[in-house]
Amino acid sequence: MHYFIGNLGHLFVIVSFVASLVCAFAYWKSLYATDTLKDSWQNNGRTAFYFHGLSVLGIVAVLFTIISRHYFEYHYAYSHSSLHLPSQYMISCFWEGQEGSFLLWMFWQAVLGIILMNTQRAWEAPVMIVFALVQAFLASMILGVVIPGLDFKIGSSPFILLRDAMNDPIFKINPEFIPKDGHGLNALLQNYWMVIHPPTLFLGFALTLPPFAFCIAGLWQKKYSEWIKPALPWALVGGAILGLGILMGGYWAYETLSFGGYWNWDPVENAIYVPWIVLIAAIHVMMLQKNKGTALKTSILLVVATFILILYSTFLTRSGILGDASVHSFTDLGLSGQLLLYLLFFTVASIILMARNWKKIQPDEKESTVYTREFWIFLGATVLCLMGFQVLMPTSIPVYNKIIGLFGGHSNLAPPANQIQFYSKFQLWFGVAVALVSGTAQFFWWIKMDKEKLKKEFTVPAISTLIIFALVIATTKIYDWSYMVLAFSGIYLIVSNATFLSRTIKANPGISGGALAHIGVGMMLIGILYSAGYSKVVSLNNSGLIVNKDMGTDFNRDNLLLFINETKSMAGYDIEYRSENLELRNKNGYVRKNDIDPTSDPYRVVANKDIVYQDKKLYAARDTFEVYPENTFYEIEMRKNGKVAATLYPRIQINPAMGGFLASPDIKRNVDRDIYTHVSAMMSREEEPHWGEMEEDTVKIGENFFVNDYVAVLEKVERIKKVEGLELSEEDVAVQAKIKLQGEHETFYAEPIFLIVDKNKPGVIPGEVNDLGVRITLMNIFPQTGEFLLGTNARQKDWVVIKALEKPYINILWLGTGVLMIGFGVAAVRRIRQ
Amino acid sequence: MKRSHIIAIVIIAVAIGIIVATAGDASTYVTFGQAKQMASEGNTTAIHVVGQLKKDSAGHVVGLENSIDKLSFSFVLVDDNKKEQQVLYNEPMPPDFLRSEKVVVIGGYQQDLFIAKKILLKCPSKYQEQKLDAGV
Repeated sequence: MHYFIGNLGHLFVIVSFVASLVCAFAYWKSLYATDTLKDSWQNNGRTAFYFHGLSVLGIVAVLFTIISRHYFEYHYAYSHSSLHLPSQYMISCFWEGQEGSFLLWMFWQAVLGIILMNTQRAWEAPVMIVFALVQAFLASMILGVVIPGLDFKIGSSPFILLRDAMNDPIFKINPEFIPKDGHGLNALLQNYWMVIHPPTLFLGFALTLPPFAFCIAGLWQKKYSEWIKPALPWALVGGAILGLGILMGGYWAYETLSFGGYWNWDPVENAIYVPWIVLIAAIHVMMLQKNKGTALKTSILLVVATFILILYSTFLTRSGILGDASVHSFTDLGLSGQLLLYLLFFTVASIILMARNWKKIQPDEKESTVYTREFWIFLGATVLCLMGFQVLMPTSIPVYNKIIGLFGGHSNLAPPANQIQFYSKFQLWFGVAVALVSGTAQFFWWIKMDKEKLKKEFTVPAISTLIIFALVIATTKIYDWSYMVLAFSGIYLIVSNATFLSRTIKANPGISGGALAHIGVGMMLIGILYSAGYSKVVSLNNSGLIVNKDMGTDFNRDNLLLFINETKSMAGYDIEYRSENLELRNKNGYVRKNDIDPTSDPYRVVANKDIVYQDKKLYAARDTFEVYPENTFYEIEMRKNGKVAATLYPRIQINPAMGGFLASPDIKRNVDRDIYTHVSAMMSREEEPHWGEMEEDTVKIGENFFVNDYVAVLEKVERIKKVEGLELSEEDVAVQAKIKLQGEHETFYAEPIFLIVDKNKPGVIPGEVNDLGVRITLMNIFPQTGEFLLGTNARQKDWVVIKALEKPYINILWLGTGVLMIGFGVAAVRRIRQ
Repeated sequence: MKRSHIIAIVIIAVAIGIIVATAGDASTYVTFGQAKQMASEGNTTAIHVVGQLKKDSAGHVVGLENSIDKLSFSFVLVDDNKKEQQVLYNEPMPPDFLRSEKVVVIGGYQQDLFIAKKILLKCPSKYQEQKLDAGV
């Protein structure tokens, strides 16, 4: 038992909590102290924040040590890691649990706090007070302290011992009991994106704090407009990182989950989508305020709203309130009260602060004409806010039910039955509006426009948009009118920004960030239009089977049943299910289950023939090597004109501890479309197969016969000395036949055994060929004629059910994401330099 | 009227539109009885029904039928009012289906058959306190 390290970790948590409170107090004092004491209070605040930062680092180090050293006496290590977990995923264990993800968030904010403390001396005290308070709230989430006498627990500590977390009788017998292995990491999280997506996303969360802190400081210190300048670069970097984090999550879902896409409009996704959209709106009005000084009130509102929405999304995903509505919210840790307090504290405090100062803040310019940038940016920000609002309203349905329940009512409102359809039909038009507004806004960038000038400027881009649009529609055959409108707006957005870019890039490359970002958005809209709007099931199966007589045949089957080694055609490919595979642990590649024999260690297997993967011999027969036994990969070969175009390995993990059945797709990537395949059902290996009736053949050595339509030949029959699992005495006789079977792709051998033991007691051990679904029994031997009686049984062949989707032009979406990020980067560099 | 006023009115109109649309498209949690009632009144919106699989006295799931090609299946769900209903799902049976404690079906009636467009499973292992495997 390693008690010390857990106590140390817990100590760090308490120090980090107390230090953040001390920091806030000291900075508060420094604001109102006399000149002589001001500096010393400020120094105290600084020291306290460094203490806080160091203890956060300490918590991270301790927790990581516990996980990587496999101290399974700790609940966190036991429930999130295991001995066999590859080391690169050890780091994902860290944030699989809620406590670890709070810690990650705290860590980034501590880093940002230290940077701000050293670079923004003019704003230091008020900004750091906000930081310290936020950090205190976060630290309280992992405090794990029980208030004596009240039986009230604050926070959930990542350092609790297994015996305190689980009420298992074994701890009564032996309190020192330590499990030998951990529970393991959810297979879906064993993915490289899960190593980088959470830190990116939480850095994005953390980056919404500096603009909020500057804004609060500005209101508080009555520096109503000065806060914009230092806040803007942070908002830009935050917009980029948060967007990147969200898209990484989408990409992870696309590669790992099997719902068939990258975005599911699940409440958890929506909860982070809304603050990001509002942050983007905030960035635009902040830029307007900075350049023209005409959008101060809106800037304040949107910056505050972004941060509050981040807190609201935290509340939604972690309080358990989404329970029935979402497939992947965190489980409830009993923190809902604390989370609500966190949310309400900052909401109420900022509303009070805004209300008290509202009249003194310079009002926004209201009557700008259509020919100004202000008008279009305001319009764009409004569209973005409504876009977020549309998602926020239905996502909060469980919250309404809860509130109605609190007042004694009953509400049975459920989220929309088809989330994707519901949100898409609204968001599509918001997307159109965003594209049209931001495409047009670009024309008003520099010059004061009027009707005549606009006509001149507008002609070329308008004509090019129309030409490109016509070409695109003609070649890709979009006939749905709403998609046509979206395609048009996306192209318009790209063209207008490209026009702007071509004019300015030489003279002033620094300002190209905005145009680049907008081109990225245009590409993303078009990529989404094709990959989601024209995503189609290609495993369509009109087998003609009528499901229900009353309903007719309007039920198409979206899944395809593949029997092993039988070719079917799909999406222009010949497709064939070849084998079940395991992933190799020490080499890149897969090994067929039929080519290996198990050992007593499930992670080690013995090859029963040479292991060849992609024409390379990886192991020789009889070699012992390591595999990952949890995951089964189904080898699906796709051929075009007789040539192998791709071999896909969609994955299945049967893991009762993790909720049963986890399927991950494999994707054939083409330039113009992805083909996305996942397993939706497969045969159970636990059930005894159902063998058909036995057929009998009397054959001689070298004679051909048919087994389940495969050509078979009895090659030889010989006496053997040893039979596995049996003890043979001197008088016992064992004879083994070797039968060669010609399969579709390779030859197999069945080796049934005929025995006579204990004088005249006959026995048989049949030989099976898994790939062909046959079993051969050596029933009898006729020495006089040299003939052998063979019994053969056949069973249903191995099968797997797959679903395959085609995602056209999905690469435009990923490319657009890249362009958007570059645009953000260019813009942020420019603002930081200022 | 000033332009800012017009814009404000448009924004408010859109916001109200969103709220109305949300209320209109929101689904509801109902029982099979209510669902049947809705269907007979010509209401075809998809609804949520929460229930459990029908089991015999020995605890085995009964009434389960897999289609011959394994690509769809039907089962009997018992809702909170103990009403039994045959449900058809046009997807292969999820392997952890039989272990599920609670099943939420989203869909609606077509004649006497409930057609599920989506099913959500609640498996005990996901939600209950995990038992410690002392053997390992």
